Amino acid sequence: MPEITRETVQKIARLANLNLTGVEQDTYAGQLEKILEYVHKLNQLDTTGVPQTSHALPLQDVWREDVVTPSLDRDEVLAEAPDPSGGCFRVPRIIE
Amino acid sequence: MSIDYEIVVGLEVHVELATRSKIFCGCSTQFGAEPNTQVCPVCLGLPGTLPVLNREVLNLAIRAALALNCELAEHTKFDRKNYFYLDSPKAYQISQFDMPLAKNGYLDITSPNGAVRRIGITRVHMEEDAGKLLHAGQGGQIGNATSSLADYNRTGVPLIEIVSEPDLRTPEEAYLYLTGLKEILEFSKISDCNMEEGSLRCDANISVRPLGQAALGTKAELKNMNSFKNVRAGVEYEAKRQIRLLNEGGRVVQETRAWDAEKGVTRSMRSKEEAHDYRYFPEPDLPMILLTADMVETVRETLPELPQAKRVRFQTQYGLNEYDAGVLTATSELAEYFEAAAMGTNPKAVCNWLTVELLGRLNVEGKTIAESPVKPGQLNALVKLIESGELSGKLGKQVFAEMAEKGEAPQVVVKRLGLAQISDVDSLKKIVMDVLAANPGPVAEYRGGKAATLGFLVGQIMKVSRGQANPQKVNQLLREELEP
Repeated sequence: MPEITRETVQKIARLANLNLTGVEQDTYAGQLEKILEYVHKLNQLDTTGVPQTSHALPLQDVWREDVVTPSLDRDEVLAEAPDPSGGCFRVPRIIE
Repeated sequence: MSIDYEIVVGLEVHVELATRSKIFCGCSTQFGAEPNTQVCPVCLGLPGTLPVLNREVLNLAIRAALALNCELAEHTKFDRKNYFYLDSPKAYQISQFDMPLAKNGYLDITSPNGAVRRIGITRVHMEEDAGKLLHAGQGGQIGNATSSLADYNRTGVPLIEIVSEPDLRTPEEAYLYLTGLKEILEFSKISDCNMEEGSLRCDANISVRPLGQAALGTKAELKNMNSFKNVRAGVEYEAKRQIRLLNEGGRVVQETRAWDAEKGVTRSMRSKEEAHDYRYFPEPDLPMILLTADMVETVRETLPELPQAKRVRFQTQYGLNEYDAGVLTATSELAEYFEAAAMGTNPKAVCNWLTVELLGRLNVEGKTIAESPVKPGQLNALVKLIESGELSGKLGKQVFAEMAEKGEAPQVVVKRLGLAQISDVDSLKKIVMDVLAANPGPVAEYRGGKAATLGFLVGQIMKVSRGQANPQKVNQLLREELEP
């Protein structure tokens, strides 16, 4: 019984705002299933004493000082906006 | 028969940190700028940009965690909270999920009857604010809007979220918790806590349960309360609504509700299409933060004395009563003013001048203590002049009025108006002799045994000297001259 069903893919696609065809859903279900199998394989490793890792690079404590730098020119900010209004990005009403 | 219910409330408070620049880029956080003039590729979420943490955000967040008695994490990281909405151009918010900055703190609240209750703080974490949306259309209501406008100036403004345990039991306790929290955050200069500018926002999780029951009831999350009074009113209404529902045999649905301050009711908000499923994952663009003991201690040293402790110290160190100590510690600026003005002189006298004369005048003029024309050093000098006897208390008021009017130092006013108290014996003796010579009748009466006449003679001397004669010395000289 596969872990990644068509329904799982549909749910993930909906959360990611993706419209997938039936064929695509089946393709991704198969690919995700394979990825999960690989992860399960990794789970077999004995990781006793190995600290948890959330980042691939061994960096920590990277930051900047609290200094204000110039922002963009507003005309530039809105240059690609399809329907700017009053210095804002305008979009059609959000709720149907 | 009716059941007694207990109200259970937990609060989530979002606080804007007092930094100059945003959390992950150098755009200004100044409130009130023209829309979309404080944005850059990072906070607009343009592809290929990378966030870099503002060091001051971490400092202020640590300070808040310490002020709220939290345990700080050794390692902390940022996570992405994914959602699609116009207020977030990246389609995710950088927040903290499973490794927050700090956990397990508390805040003590004091009821008007003096009882102290310890309210648990579940966690404190850092995150970025979202953009501001204006819903164009009838009444600015989202439901009537024909279109929406997005201003991303606020996107990326640094916030901390402070989550309390469900320890609050009454609407009044929720109110006290918020005022206590605000006081600490303001005092520690973590945030300006300006409610009108959205620097402090609060959501409430509210449920009710039969008294004595351990399990929590189903909760509703209440939003849209833009003042502490609204939180109190909203919690009260929502708890009553739930109790009424249960008493009528209904059941509480878990949902998000909005407080309508105008109508004084809560109403269900249209639930989002998807249930909350933010698919948090570690933010790959921001490395892990290791909080060393050194780092935490450095911040702890910058933590100012908190209001509660200050109130107690003002009573013991300066001998002030509880009421005055409370007035003087209402804001950190006022407390600092008082301590500077009280240095090396009589603190009670400084307290009186400050609370009665200066604050009274500032209130009338609608000014804050920071805008006071009389500086702490000048008030200090005035009190010292009075305490040393160089200026009478009565003339002190006249000098103070001039100081407040012109912003001058008291010594300058005294000199300009020629008000210095006359204490040198030669000058005083001359006045005394003149007055005695001009009043032979009363002098004879006094010598004849009518002791009360002395008061009349003192009055005459004060009049001649325009109130500037030192009364003690005048008394002494008079007696010397009149005694046989």
